[in-house]
Amino acid sequence: MSYSDKVIDHYNHPRNVGSMDKSSTDVGTGLVGAPECGDVMKLQIKVNPQTNVIEDAKFKTFGCGSAIASSSLATEWVKGKTVDEALAIKNMDIVKELSLPPVKIHCSVLAEDAIRAAIGDWKKKQETGKPVAAEAK
Amino acid sequence: MSTDVKIPQADTQAHSTNGKGVKLPIYMDNHATTPMDPRVLEEMLPYFMEKFGNAASRNHSFGWAAEEGVETARERIAKLVGATTKEIIFTSGATESDNLAIKGVAEMYREKGNHIITAVTEHKAVLDTCKRLEKYGYRVTYMPVQKDGLVDLDDLKRAMDDKTILVTIMYANNEIGVIQPVVEIGKLCHERGVIFHTDATQAIGKVPVDVVKQNIDLASISGHKMYGPKGVGALYVRRKNPRVQLSAIIDGGGHERGMRSGTLNVPGIVGLGKACAIAQEEMPQESCRLAGLRNRLRDRIMGRLDEVYINGSMDHRLPGNLNISFAYVEGESLLMGINDIAVSSGSACTSATLEPSYVLKALGTGDDLAHSSIRFGIGRFNTEAEVDYVADRVIETVERLRELSPLYEMAKEGINLKDVKWAGEAH
Repeated sequence: MSYSDKVIDHYNHPRNVGSMDKSSTDVGTGLVGAPECGDVMKLQIKVNPQTNVIEDAKFKTFGCGSAIASSSLATEWVKGKTVDEALAIKNMDIVKELSLPPVKIHCSVLAEDAIRAAIGDWKKKQETGKPVAAEAK
Repeated sequence: MSTDVKIPQADTQAHSTNGKGVKLPIYMDNHATTPMDPRVLEEMLPYFMEKFGNAASRNHSFGWAAEEGVETARERIAKLVGATTKEIIFTSGATESDNLAIKGVAEMYREKGNHIITAVTEHKAVLDTCKRLEKYGYRVTYMPVQKDGLVDLDDLKRAMDDKTILVTIMYANNEIGVIQPVVEIGKLCHERGVIFHTDATQAIGKVPVDVVKQNIDLASISGHKMYGPKGVGALYVRRKNPRVQLSAIIDGGGHERGMRSGTLNVPGIVGLGKACAIAQEEMPQESCRLAGLRNRLRDRIMGRLDEVYINGSMDHRLPGNLNISFAYVEGESLLMGINDIAVSSGSACTSATLEPSYVLKALGTGDDLAHSSIRFGIGRFNTEAEVDYVADRVIETVERLRELSPLYEMAKEGINLKDVKWAGEAH
């Protein structure tokens, strides 16, 4: 398997590696994949509640070089975008950018899933996190 | 030797060297193939041009010269495995030898029975040959193995019935290097009049093999796994106590006593013979040296990394083999990080089928750890400095990838990964 230069670059210099406080209401966490399948991605976003802009993103990935590159790229792309703009990112955009071969397309799918899962988690927090809603139980 | 050919060194085409004088990249995948020993190439060279004759040409000196080369090789191979020359059949490699042994016995002994026993950790050359025979009405038992990779002799006893004609169990495994109890397996077979074939590709030339003492009836041999050339192999076929007969799978001019037609690959055969002669001479010192290097690699890695697991028995194992799972790190990404070192992984991502190693799964290694496995195959041309370099590179890369791994982070937080409901588990 030969990798594109961009995959190698993300693998050697992954962007935005790390973790944020997953209990914070501004932070959405997506954990997708399974160890048995050889891929697990954790992608976190920090959203400005006033503007809905993703101000920070972090990831950690267990997986092959393409999985690491896909999630690293995903954090780069979501940063600075609004939540709705981030939801428009499609796995095929990642495939194109990283020149992933067909057998690695599932890595890009997982990255898209991770973005959606993180946003979904954040959205859920916004609903349940409302003080009124919390009091009303 | 009048051929004016410069014999290159058998090292792996160094591209660069590091500060410690280690040439990069380092080849440490000697179960996949071995570099050819320069002494082997030297022996082969005259047989390409000067002694180009057909070994089957009986009426002139060109044929005789080729035949002499072939017969010397036959003697050397026979000597290495404790056989007689008439018991060695040349083939194109171990895959063909496995096919000939299994299909040849199946057809020849069809009247006697239709049951074959093998193990789930066999090489695909054996498993897929057995699967094909199932289509033709043969019954195949695929025995499980124990946690350490060894077959259970009681399982084998139970699996045998009055229709069993063949047991085919490999001598040493190509992924985990585990050596099966061939002597006992052969004994059980002989007590019941069953033929015993062993794919000895990884074992011959590495550990002492004696077909008589070890009750082996058929043994597959490969040239390129023992510092010889690719495209040549052999099958040992026992001629007495019991005499084993085979139906040919390649018909033609009746070469190799009718068992394998086709003009002999004379240079290849000469090379295989020389490889066997060298192995015979150097095996005691070499296996000791390789085991020392292997243990050094293991101790260095395990001394600095936690949650590292060895796959397969350490007591019954080829000297140059080490197969390790690095928890929380995916194998292919690890290979990418040590890209100046040639090794293999049991990760799905490195296989054509996108399934993790079936051998590791058979040991009960979870899929997660199978994805995290690396096979190191240390061979004749590896040095202590290389082993140290490999250990350092592996350790630093595993540490880096663990910092990147959500699984490692979760484990450190005290989360039991087995209790997590994974989104992708349905895949």
